Amino acid sequence: MNYSAEPLAIGIFVVFVVAVLFISWWFARKARSASGYFAAGGKIHWSVNGIAFAGDYLSAASFLGIAGMVAIYGFDGFLYSIGYLAGWMVALFVVAEPLKRLGKYTFADAIDAKFKSRGVILAAGISTLVVSIFYLIPQMVGAGTLVEPLLGLPFEIGVVIVGCVVILIVATAGMASTTYVQFIKGGLLVIFSLVLVGMLLFHGLSTSPDQKDIDYHEFTTLEITENSGGTLTLADSSYEFVKQFEGTDFVMLANNDVKTVWQINEKDNVLVETQTITDQAEGPDLYNGLPKEEGAFYQVGHLCEIDGETDTETGSLGVFSFFEKIKNGTVVRWNKKVIIDGEDHISVYYQVPTQGRDVLIPGEKFKIDPAKGATPADRVNFISLMISLFLGTAALPHILIRYYTVPSPKYARYSTIVAVAAIGLFYILTLYLGMGAMTNGVVDLTNSNMSAPLLAKCFGLGIFAVISAIAFSTILGTVSGLIVAASGAVASDIMHKFGRMKMDENAMVKAGRITAIVVGIVAMFLGVVFKHMNVSYLVGWAFTIAASANLPSIIMVLFWKRTTSRGVIASIMVGLFLSLLLILLSPDTFSQVYGLPASAAPMPISQPAIISVPVSFLALVIVSLMTQKNGTAGDNGNE
Amino acid sequence: MEHGPATEWQVEASQGYKTKLGLIMCAFFVVVYLAFILTAVISPQSMAIDVGKLNLAIVFGFGIIILAIIEALIYNFLCSNKEKQDQQTSAEGEEK
Repeated sequence: MNYSAEPLAIGIFVVFVVAVLFISWWFARKARSASGYFAAGGKIHWSVNGIAFAGDYLSAASFLGIAGMVAIYGFDGFLYSIGYLAGWMVALFVVAEPLKRLGKYTFADAIDAKFKSRGVILAAGISTLVVSIFYLIPQMVGAGTLVEPLLGLPFEIGVVIVGCVVILIVATAGMASTTYVQFIKGGLLVIFSLVLVGMLLFHGLSTSPDQKDIDYHEFTTLEITENSGGTLTLADSSYEFVKQFEGTDFVMLANNDVKTVWQINEKDNVLVETQTITDQAEGPDLYNGLPKEEGAFYQVGHLCEIDGETDTETGSLGVFSFFEKIKNGTVVRWNKKVIIDGEDHISVYYQVPTQGRDVLIPGEKFKIDPAKGATPADRVNFISLMISLFLGTAALPHILIRYYTVPSPKYARYSTIVAVAAIGLFYILTLYLGMGAMTNGVVDLTNSNMSAPLLAKCFGLGIFAVISAIAFSTILGTVSGLIVAASGAVASDIMHKFGRMKMDENAMVKAGRITAIVVGIVAMFLGVVFKHMNVSYLVGWAFTIAASANLPSIIMVLFWKRTTSRGVIASIMVGLFLSLLLILLSPDTFSQVYGLPASAAPMPISQPAIISVPVSFLALVIVSLMTQKNGTAGDNGNE
Repeated sequence: MEHGPATEWQVEASQGYKTKLGLIMCAFFVVVYLAFILTAVISPQSMAIDVGKLNLAIVFGFGIIILAIIEALIYNFLCSNKEKQDQQTSAEGEEK
């Protein structure tokens, strides 16, 4: 899509970033000691900490990714909301208080408190570092995609801005600042999402969703008068038939030398308009046959039928009737097909009118219905996804670290409840935001992650600027939390404890800051490398790796007295590398990363948690039983 | 442990109670979450059944989220009660 910079948006954005930096600097003065740097001195109020928890968790992936996925696939995007929130139940009910009683600053510290083993520290440190970096990549990609419509800047600049600002925040301040940054941002995100949903319901639904200043592009059809011998004759003589693409129902037409692609609808004997992006072997990309600057590529997403009428609008709707109207209507969704035309690659986006009832149930992205062609592997894949979302939360390093910033288990509990309430409310809103985007002509087919901000844009530039600024600072906050976790892992665990480097408090803080800078630069680099990847897909990686590598150890250390340090090391390493390996061999990675056919992948499923989590548990149990020592928790070991 | 803990949490008498309560709460939640997944996998079309103005998928999804919030509040209520009781018991013990 072609976006131009909006002065108001830039103004609000700059005010936000400056405010965030000021807050960081303000609290930086309190973060002099190591405990101040890593865990905010244990003096954060529980309500602030709770909203900050929410701020941590509602990352770019939650806000941009879920709303975007709902906008494209319907209910399937909302599965992520359900799974992410369900994960909080494991964190709150099972892990939160016992872990805090064990813990110090990081996941590695918590496990180490039980074992005093250098191997455990190293394994936990490595896993914290890997999970943090995998979670950082989608945040960086999100930042890059946000600045394009917000500031009219290229993707890479967005990544660099986020990287530099975060490095500045973390390297100068540490945890205290990030907790307050997360608090402000988490609170604003929930409030403004509520405002946006309110505007959406007030506005209602329409079969022709006009934007504030631009009319919705009415997609047309052309009547076919004659179809013989691979040549079409059209009623509208301004279009000239060029060719039909072999083996497809797509044809190319020319109108005043502009070449466009149309889909044949044999039933109604018409051609249906599509949208195309042509990656030319020579010359720039063409959008619907024209250079990008012409702005000929349109935002999409509309209902073609509401309650049986094709040209109508509903007026204001209630929280339930909003879904009722969609359920009883027909939504035009868009699918993508790549056609190879000589040396050019044409991405054709074509309309798929879908019954409203089908977009409000799972199954458009994660196939589960055998009647719609789902294989057994597809259904296992769906179950595996739900497992990894459920188990991943409690094992994310940047979530765990906030358990350590309140003074007692009671306050940690209060914090988590505040977080569950805020996150739950927000996740309910994601279904409204996503479905709102799907039906309000604000879906950018080249970048689904922009759906929520663009939905705001159709209600006015002011709310668009505020939402975008919040989304951007969401990324700032999440990235800084992750970098603190990663630098804690390196400075405290790997260098200090495993490497036995003699370090006083100042040296620790210094090492943490240097690590923060290095990790930040690595994340910026990877963000640019993974530019074209789907944000939710990348977050899925982080959740799966966390669930496989960390969760079995956390659970077993808390609840199985015969767990040994070697068992923990085995579990972390097996979980980490097995999940990574299975991800690299999965159909999604083959098609989206390597550009190979998905069928060439040796693994039948793309979500490996259903395999890697049990194997990691098994590794822990077997190795623990093999390495029992006399006296270990009253066990009669075999040594 | 050289740099000391962020904050020291004292081991409380109610610890075992809270751990057990947490596990029960989580188990109940898992049952509902599993019911959602299995309904979707075993009978995808039943997700489209009308429930008032909504359908089963939306009601189930919203329900899981609301259940999470309600369970969190109950858990907190019970834990806080237990902590209060323990404090009273130990205070009475000191008086004697």
